[in-house]
This record gives sequence, C-alpha cells and structure tokens, in this order.
Amino acid sequence: MISGRIKALLYLVILAAGIWAPFEYPAYTFQIALLWLMIVFALTWDILGGQMGYNSLGNIFFFGAGMYVCSVAQIGLYYDVAEYTAHFGAVKVDFTMGQYFTGLFVGLGLAALVSVVAAVIFGWIVFGLRGPYFAIGTLGVAIAAGELIGAWDYVGGGGGITLPSFPGDPEDRSNLFYFLNFALAIVTFLFVRWLYSTRFGLALNAIRDDEQKAEGMGIHTKRYKTIAWSIAAFFLGISGGIFGNMTGFIEPLEVAFPTVTFGIFMVLMVLLGGKGTLWGPVIGAVVFHVIKELTWTYLLGWQWVALGALIIIIVVYFQQGIVGWMMEQWPSMFGIVVEDKSEQAKEEAA
Amino acid sequence: MFDNISLLGLAPFLNVQLLLDGLFIGAIFALAAYGLALVWGVMNVKNLAQGEFVIMGGYVSWWLSIPTMIWIGIPEIDFLFVYIPEITFLEFMKPRIHPLYGVPIAFVLLFGFGWAVYRTIISRVIDKDLFTSLLATFGLAIVIQQVLNLMFGPETQTADARFPVLTFMDNNVTVAQVKMISFLLAGLLAAVVVTFMKMSRMGQAIRATAQDARAARVMGINTDKVFAFTYSLNAAICGAAGALISMIWVIQPFYGIGHSIRAFVIVTAAGFGNLPGVIMAGLGMGVIENFGGFILGAEFQQAIVVGVLIAVLIWRQIQMARHRQVVQ
Repeated sequence: MISGRIKALLYLVILAAGIWAPFEYPAYTFQIALLWLMIVFALTWDILGGQMGYNSLGNIFFFGAGMYVCSVAQIGLYYDVAEYTAHFGAVKVDFTMGQYFTGLFVGLGLAALVSVVAAVIFGWIVFGLRGPYFAIGTLGVAIAAGELIGAWDYVGGGGGITLPSFPGDPEDRSNLFYFLNFALAIVTFLFVRWLYSTRFGLALNAIRDDEQKAEGMGIHTKRYKTIAWSIAAFFLGISGGIFGNMTGFIEPLEVAFPTVTFGIFMVLMVLLGGKGTLWGPVIGAVVFHVIKELTWTYLLGWQWVALGALIIIIVVYFQQGIVGWMMEQWPSMFGIVVEDKSEQAKEEAA
Repeated sequence: MFDNISLLGLAPFLNVQLLLDGLFIGAIFALAAYGLALVWGVMNVKNLAQGEFVIMGGYVSWWLSIPTMIWIGIPEIDFLFVYIPEITFLEFMKPRIHPLYGVPIAFVLLFGFGWAVYRTIISRVIDKDLFTSLLATFGLAIVIQQVLNLMFGPETQTADARFPVLTFMDNNVTVAQVKMISFLLAGLLAAVVVTFMKMSRMGQAIRATAQDARAARVMGINTDKVFAFTYSLNAAICGAAGALISMIWVIQPFYGIGHSIRAFVIVTAAGFGNLPGVIMAGLGMGVIENFGGFILGAEFQQAIVVGVLIAVLIWRQIQMARHRQVVQ
C-alpha cells in the first residue's frame, strides 16, 4: 500500500508540474492543455465504462452539445446568432473584455446544464439497452447529432462557427484556456475520487457486477445509471465549451462530434490505462497522448492505420491495462491481500 | 424542405421509381445483414467491420473494371559482384474486366481475407466479453478504411457495367438493366447460401454450433473451424454484396460505417435466424432510405440511417419493457 505521505507528495508534484509547464514550454501549451482534456475524457468515460460496466461509444455527444451550447450562448448574449453565423467573414465582431468573459462563463454554465438535461433525456432512451445494443445506440445518437447540427443553418450548418476572438494578448489567451482545462481535469479527478469512495460508487460497481441482482437488492438501477451519466455529461459539456473556445472554430463533424477520433480515444485511453481504477484513465490518457503525438509526427499519412492497429492490439492483447497489469504483478501495492494458493493446498492435504 | 412531398403526390410515377430503386438497393443491404446475422448468431461477435468488407468487395470489382497501369519491378544485378540498386519497371496496361466478374472474384478474395482476420484477431476475442469484439472490429474497420483511402483516394467511384437503361410506363420510370441483374444475383447468392446452410455438412455444423457451441463440441464438431468458416463466409457474402453495390451505387473508403449501421439496424429489427425477416427489413431499409433521401434531401442520408437505428432501438425497448419488471 502506498502510504499517505507519498500520495500527498505525488499530488503536489503533479499540481506543481501542471502550473509550471505552460511557462516553461510556452510553445507546447496547446498540447499540454489537450493532455488535460484527454484526462477529463478518460475519467468521465470510466464512470460508466469502467465502474458501471456500460460501454458507451457516444459520450462524445455531450462534448459536442456543450461546445455548441456554449458558443451559441456566448454569441447570443450580444448578437443575433443567425446573423452572426451567416455573415461571418463579412462582418467583423469585436467583444470587449467584459462581454467576452461574461459570455464565456455563462456559456460554460449553460453547456453543463444542457448536457445534464440531455443526459437525463437520452438516458431514458438508451439505458434500457444492454451490452452491444447500448454501445451501438449511443454511437448512433452521437453520429445523428453531428449530422443534424450539420444541416441546421441557424448554428452555421456544416460551415461551423468562428468563435469570438479573445480581446487581449494571445499569450494570455493560451494560458487562460490551459488553466481552464487544467482546473477542469483536477476538479474532475477529485470529484470521481470522492464519488468512488461513497455508497454511490459501490452501487455503480454492483450494477457492473450483476445488474439483475443489484435490482433485486433494491438498488434503483435506472436512477443510478442516469445520475452517473449526468455526471459524465456535466464535465464533458464544460470540456466541450472550453475546447471550442480554445480552437476558436467549431464545426459539427470533425470538431464537435468526432466519433472516430475523440469519441474512440476515450475508450482506448481507459482500456490502455486499466478500466475500473482511479488512476488507470489518467495514466492511459498520458501514455496514449504521447503515443498519438509521436505517430502523428513520424508516421504522417499512416497515422490512422497505426491508430486502428493500436486499437486492435490493446483490445486483443492488453485488456487489463497498465494499472490492471500492475495490480497483477504487485497486488500488495494496491492493498489487495493475496491468499497463497500453495499453502492453502498444503493445509487441505494435511 | 417538405416541398418534395407534394411532388410525390403530383407525379405518381416518381413513387414507383423510388420504390423500385429502394428495393434494388435493399436486396443488397439484406445480403450484408444476413452475413452479420450469421456471425452474430453463431459466434456472438458483433462485427463492426461489416461495412468495410462491403466496400472492399466494391473496390475489388471497381479496380478490375478500370484500365490501370501496373508496374512490376525487376531488380538489376551487375555480374561483376557489384550490386546496382536500380530497378527496371515492366509497365503494362491491365485489361478491363467486366465488373460482373468482380462478384465471384470479390467473394473468393474476401473469403480468404475473412479467414486471415479470423485467425489473427477474431479467434482471440471470441470468448471475451461482448464489448471486446465490438471494439476490436471497430479498430479493424479504421485500418481498412484508411488503407483503402491511401490506396485509392477519397473520391467516390462507380464501376461502369455498360448495360442499357430500360424505361417503363411511357418513359416515366427508368430502370438500369444492371440493377435488375444485381437484384437477381443477390437473390441467387442468397438462395445458394441458404441451400448450403440447409444441405451441406458444414452448414449443418454451423447451425448446430449456433444452437449450442458446447454441445456441438462434445458431439465432435470442430467449432474453431466452424467459427473460422462462418466468419469467412460472412466476409465473402459482404464482398459479393459490395461488388454489386459498386455497379449500381457509389463506393468510397469511408462509406463502410453506413453499411455497418444498416446491417445492425436490419438484424436488430429482424432478429437472427429469421431469414424472411432479414429480407423484409433489408428491402424496407432500402425503400425508407430512398424515400427519406428524396423528401429531406440527399445530405440527410446518413442521418436517416442513424434515425432508423434509434427508432428501432426505442421500439425494441418498449417491446422489452413489457417483459421486464424493473425496480423504479
């Protein structure tokens, strides 16, 4: 078992590194911000996929929904959205500092709220589905959302929306979004850490282990499932709003509802790190992000093939993930008591 | 947006046209869905690479039908024990082969491909949980899409079968002859596969394994071989279906996901082991998509497919809720 003092030290080191990194490597601020975003993705996916055993392929829906809600709110507070999206390029709109920040934070709040409402509504549709039907159903919801937004002219259709530009210094802008992502990742981590230590976490695990029995024991499974999904949606909605502003341009298929990139990355990161563990998603996200950036840099043109191959390899050969593998190797480090089978056998023989 | 509905009322022949086109394409959807039902029912593997097999078959047929330059490199070796890294290329024009021949060729090639995929990937995930096979085949789908994209580029392609277009009902309804031929071929293939499943030794073994794999193993059936054969047969059926699609519709490296979702919709709606259901659902899917695409506009095609999927899932859930008592 890792002692409390080492743990506290570890948290401090991560915090310090997170604050120090953008100032030391200003050129990589965007990349590191993306890493924190990936950690949020992995942690929120693991609430359902790892702890509750519901493997969703459509969590990216909330990311996109949050992104669009946030952007529309930011613009809609001061301008007519339809006019803004239609005339962009011809009309240059400048936001003052006050307008920008009010819009951003109102937008993020609304993004979280709408995502939670959407999670409750879609929860009603998809939580009756089990196993593969759930995965395919959620994937369907995410793809459909992308297609429908692409056909909706009010929010710019397939052409997307260019978000209001930051009124200050570009360096301040990148730092602002870096720290928003950083704070979101830290809050998400602390929240799920607390969540798994409560009865709620135990109920989720019970649903994963045997849903019928959990129902039989009097756990209101549908309510738990919906709340768990709403929690994931809450954080994903905010992350979508931040990411939209960070890139500065949003578009339905590649940025907001990227089912085959971010949508599948979430699953992979958790599988790579080890699902159903607290640190697994974080480690998986870091390792995956590094691998991804390397393949994107050195295997240009073939990076997607490499990604598909990576999916297959992780799924087929390395299902327990990094943390799962460590648990097998050094169970005592995780506080798991292992009974020595050989001694037990000897006792039985005697 | 809904102006086209009134158009349907004004021109009754348009309905016939859309219905026929829907049925022709739906027959091929049914074929791919039958393959999925086979794999799902026998091995409990949800093959998300289904659509990619279809597109691969399409590219086989399309590639055979176009005149392309082929190079064969011959390394040149100097006799004075000095190797010169120079390669001469033999260059020749590949003859055009009619895409109809592509149907059996795609069938055979994809059968081999399916076998290789089974041996390398599927056999390792078959006894794992349900999500594993889904995700592994999703990874396979990404690899196939991207390799096709690198090989053939992202343009949409159609294999030109050079058959005449027939007209009926005072030139109001046009039917390309190739569509009728592909409809017949799809029916023929389905008949052959069904007969094979009913009559042959292997077909019996497959059906026995589908009923109870463990019992089949006890009875001396080599279930591993049965699984390999089933998966390969599925890939082969998809390949043939894809060759037909390349003649009557368009193919593109990234269109596979649409075909995968269609196959899932059809199987989910019909259930497996229900061949008439799969055929009806497949034809229905084609008709819905054609009418929907006409009424809402072509850009909604993918959205229609996904919309039907969600509708089917909700309908199934309402159906299932009657059977299940849930703690509320």
